[in-house]
Amino acid sequence: MASTSTDPMVEVRNLSKRFGPILAVDDVSFTVGRGEVLGFLGPNGAGKSTTMKMITGFLAPSAGTAVVCGADILADSIAAKRQIGYLPEGAPSYPDMTPLHFLEFVARVRGFSGREAREAIGNAIECTSLGSVLAQPIDTLSKGFKRRVGLAQALLHDPPVLILDEPTDGLDPNQKHDVRKLINLLAAEKAIIISTHLLEEVDAVCTRAVVIAAGRLVADGTPAELEQRSRHHNAVRIELASGMDQAEAALQALPGVESVERVSDDEGTALLVFARGGRSIVAEVADLARDRRWEVAGLRVERGRLEDVFRQVTLAA
Amino acid sequence: MHNVAVIVRRELQGYFATPLAYVFIVIFLALAGSLAFFAGNFFERGQADLQPFFNFHPWLYLVLIPALAMRLWAEERKSGTIELLLTLPISMTEAVVGKFLASWIFAGIALALTFPFWLTVIYLGNPDNGVILASYIGSFLMAGAFLAVGSCLSALTKNQVIAFVVTAAVCFLFTVSGSQIVLGVLRGWAPQLLLDTVASLSFLTHFNAIVRGVIDLRDAVFFLSTIALFLYANAVVVDLKKAD
Repeated sequence: MASTSTDPMVEVRNLSKRFGPILAVDDVSFTVGRGEVLGFLGPNGAGKSTTMKMITGFLAPSAGTAVVCGADILADSIAAKRQIGYLPEGAPSYPDMTPLHFLEFVARVRGFSGREAREAIGNAIECTSLGSVLAQPIDTLSKGFKRRVGLAQALLHDPPVLILDEPTDGLDPNQKHDVRKLINLLAAEKAIIISTHLLEEVDAVCTRAVVIAAGRLVADGTPAELEQRSRHHNAVRIELASGMDQAEAALQALPGVESVERVSDDEGTALLVFARGGRSIVAEVADLARDRRWEVAGLRVERGRLEDVFRQVTLAA
Repeated sequence: MHNVAVIVRRELQGYFATPLAYVFIVIFLALAGSLAFFAGNFFERGQADLQPFFNFHPWLYLVLIPALAMRLWAEERKSGTIELLLTLPISMTEAVVGKFLASWIFAGIALALTFPFWLTVIYLGNPDNGVILASYIGSFLMAGAFLAVGSCLSALTKNQVIAFVVTAAVCFLFTVSGSQIVLGVLRGWAPQLLLDTVASLSFLTHFNAIVRGVIDLRDAVFFLSTIALFLYANAVVVDLKKAD
């Protein structure tokens, strides 16, 4: 379960947060290294945002701590905050300000001035394509632009650590694509944590995913590793022109097969052959089909579905 | 110090980016003027001083300063920008002091724009400029105390209306705590020490002492320490409530 990274830039150590009687985050630990994009998954209310708020120094943990680029968020919160670019949930920004004034403010707080500040602001604007709305009050901007103002603010000081709380929430598919492209572009040099409940996003940008449910960390691995936990992992989908019933019985009798299900979906009717223990059974199935001279219309190995794993680990918690 | 300046600048930008600043200044000047002229008999008194003008400041502030202070933290909490502000590399003290100072500077600008009154009395007669300067300083200090109370209370809620009402009520108590109405309630059962303490908390008493032209260091210290106390409480309240 431990990270394979050799260069941990964010170390979350046994973080817990209690709000009155509710334990919102319960002993969560993980690390994120340079070049990693960590997807932070979990159902709504699982404690994703609370964890991020603790890492960024907004909320004080009830127990545990986080270390960002060597700076402990409790002992030296200002130094830790300097290393972080943070997009809070909902991308809040001052509604009366224009994006330009807002970014100038952030640049000054981040210690930039003069030419340096102009360069940093220019880069952030370019990364997020904000050029066309610089002089409009943020209040009047569309949701997509507001989100990008939030991103620009987080990227402005080119931080080694980026923490983005639902960066693509409420964006249209094109905007989502742009933001993911931007994250992929930045990924090599930084440690990035993004929270999301969109599983497609994990496939699109994340090198690793952790799943949190009811405040506890319930899974930690690469998207491929997580997919392996699905019962669909290495399942074989076989479509036959005829003789479904005999085929179902014959497949069931194969030693590596756990169960066979008949499925009807938008791709048509097929048999879904689940492997015992996630082993590869495609060769067995193909041999059988050849021996019995079935009229095979389609044969495919399933990757495993993150959605299944997500449900499995979050509902069990 | 640099961070405080950056926050002051952003806040002031915020005031002037909306009609708030202009509406506030215009209403402040209009009310200050009409109260002095109509209720204070500015001309009829036949004296070249600003006493009738300054006498109404506590009551003017009672209405207008909570309106200025109510948004300080309530708005940040409501819009979620508090999360942005407090995850920037600044300390809580810098954030609280910066926001307070900006509002105080703004109140100072509104107060300074009343200078035509001063010009008027100079034109009409030969006023004691020392008293007028002392009165301006006293009024500014009192505005700061009102603002500090308002800033602290606005951190308690996300609702600006609640912040306004509670601030106005608390400021009213501070204003009148030296009056016979309040002291009369306490007299007879409360120990003299409590009576003296309550009386000494009165903004009005301290302000009137300054307006009479006697800048006693104790009155200035009173206002400054009230500001410091409420700003300290402000930081504590922000820390406690920011997660809600």
